[in-house]
Amino acid sequence: MRHTLAHSLAVLALVVTATLTSPVTQAQASFSLCWSIYAGWMPWEYGDSSGIIKKWADKYGIEIDVVQINDYIESINQYSAGEFDACSMTNMDALTIPAASGIDSTALIVGDFSNGNDAIILKQGSILADIEGQQVNLVELSVSHYLLARGLESVGLSERDVKVVNTADADMVAAYTTSGVTAVTTWNPLVNEILKVPGATNVFDSTSIPGEIIDTLMVKTETLAEYPELGKALTGAWYEIMAAMESSADVRAQMGEASGTDLAGYEAQLATTQMFYSAADAVAFVNSSKLKTTMEYVASFSFEHGLLGEGAADSGFIGIETPAGVFGDSGNIQLRFDPSFMEMAAQGKL
Amino acid sequence: MLRLINFQPSRALKTALGIIPFLLILLGYQIGSDIRKAENEQDKLLPSFTEIADGIDRMAFQANKRSGEYLFWVDTKSSVIRLAKGISIAALIGLIIGLAAGSIPIIAAPLKPLVTVISLIPPLAILPVLFIAFGLGELSKVMLIVIGVSPFLIRDILQRTQELPREQLVKAQTLGGNSWQIILRVILPQTLPRLIDAVRLSLGAAWLFLIAAEAIASTDGLGYRIFLVRRYMSMDVILPYVVWITFLAFATDWCLLKLSRFVFPWYHADK
Repeated sequence: MRHTLAHSLAVLALVVTATLTSPVTQAQASFSLCWSIYAGWMPWEYGDSSGIIKKWADKYGIEIDVVQINDYIESINQYSAGEFDACSMTNMDALTIPAASGIDSTALIVGDFSNGNDAIILKQGSILADIEGQQVNLVELSVSHYLLARGLESVGLSERDVKVVNTADADMVAAYTTSGVTAVTTWNPLVNEILKVPGATNVFDSTSIPGEIIDTLMVKTETLAEYPELGKALTGAWYEIMAAMESSADVRAQMGEASGTDLAGYEAQLATTQMFYSAADAVAFVNSSKLKTTMEYVASFSFEHGLLGEGAADSGFIGIETPAGVFGDSGNIQLRFDPSFMEMAAQGKL
Repeated sequence: MLRLINFQPSRALKTALGIIPFLLILLGYQIGSDIRKAENEQDKLLPSFTEIADGIDRMAFQANKRSGEYLFWVDTKSSVIRLAKGISIAALIGLIIGLAAGSIPIIAAPLKPLVTVISLIPPLAILPVLFIAFGLGELSKVMLIVIGVSPFLIRDILQRTQELPREQLVKAQTLGGNSWQIILRVILPQTLPRLIDAVRLSLGAAWLFLIAAEAIASTDGLGYRIFLVRRYMSMDVILPYVVWITFLAFATDWCLLKLSRFVFPWYHADK
């Protein structure tokens, strides 16, 4: 009896040692990326299922695990908690979630900006000023809230002139059909869905603030500095996917189906999304001085709503580095826009 | 006989042993927080106890900069009112229908299968329907609790009513009581403490429905705040709110138990 026990223990120890020291687990650095369903991020799904990401990861001798997370905010929280090395998110959420929690993040890829994907919709009234005194249903503290603030500002109103009601995005379309709801601010595909309701009027959308709601892939700055091959593999894969997406309707149809719509529905969303199919365009966008101004707006909105944390004394509490210069505290830079990997892609050096 | 199963800890030892797991959890939290803070000083996932205290102070004892309200108390008030409304309506429905169906077979016949089926519908699954039917205001939040909790209460009261000894009802009849008198004087008083028991058991579910409804569309409430600050991982607010909700649930449960013991001492006599 005792002999058998000792024997099995020895075998077990052997197996464990063999597993721990197996060459496969040691040789390759392994990374993980998370994304959630949105027109500008569907390329990650295609890159994963078509094997393009694996191909580029192999080229640089690393492993990249691509994970789809159903809840957008949860994906960012998981990234901020340290579960993922990279995650797709907007410029504003990158500032208020990871950067505000001290996770120094770099926008590796600037994929697109919203060019009509986010909109303020009224049931009655044809101009934005009619919103005064109404209740506005939106996802509070999201880019919708930012769009509303920018919109109100443009017609000389402020948030005090409306009543904001926090409403989950998943229930926005159903909410719009109820009688108590008169105004909503939301994003696509919900905008397209709500505008189908007779009488719904789009009174202000992101075409009026072009380039301010930006969709990026954020990577931990530290990880990127230590493993530049991760940046190279992801950027290389991204622009290969972009080329396929731009040229092939089949690829777009596949992305559309994966996001729960079809080719027509997906192209309707792409029509209001300014995709940077070419790396050179994205580089030019990041290098322009307007990006710094945009981030100043975003930072001051975030500060006014308490999103930069209680320690923040002003909107410049968190330093934001852009090629045009640093906004805010250069001693506390937590968010960086760095076009260098996209430049390599533009020059064909990947 | 000195065996482990016969060893009864003293009252003091029992209390001490009861506190230890809580202390261990706090200690484990402190260690986890320290480890994360050592890596990244601004980590928000496991805030230190000082940060949590600041969070409580900010929410509960300082007027909000923008609205001038004490958010913590505003949230608590809204949530408690919704919960009280929902539970009261559900309890009333549970009592009336459960009692009627439990004591009158001709009412039970059509109701029992229906209530059984309704109680099996997951209320959260029909949430979008509720929003369309009742709007996004207070009504739909209260209705979610009512719809979620009352089928359980109806079934429980129905069951308890039918469990009353048949002899009691026969005796009341031989003493000349009619149906109405028997329901009101014999069955109802015996059902009330059981209703309190059932409500206590359903409080957890009621909180779940309340928080779910507040998370989806709201301007205040404990669930609303948790899901709002989740957008920037403000655990220094979320954790105190969770503890507070737990405390409120515990306090409600305790009050109901005391009420039941005070009003229906006979019900607790043999327990």
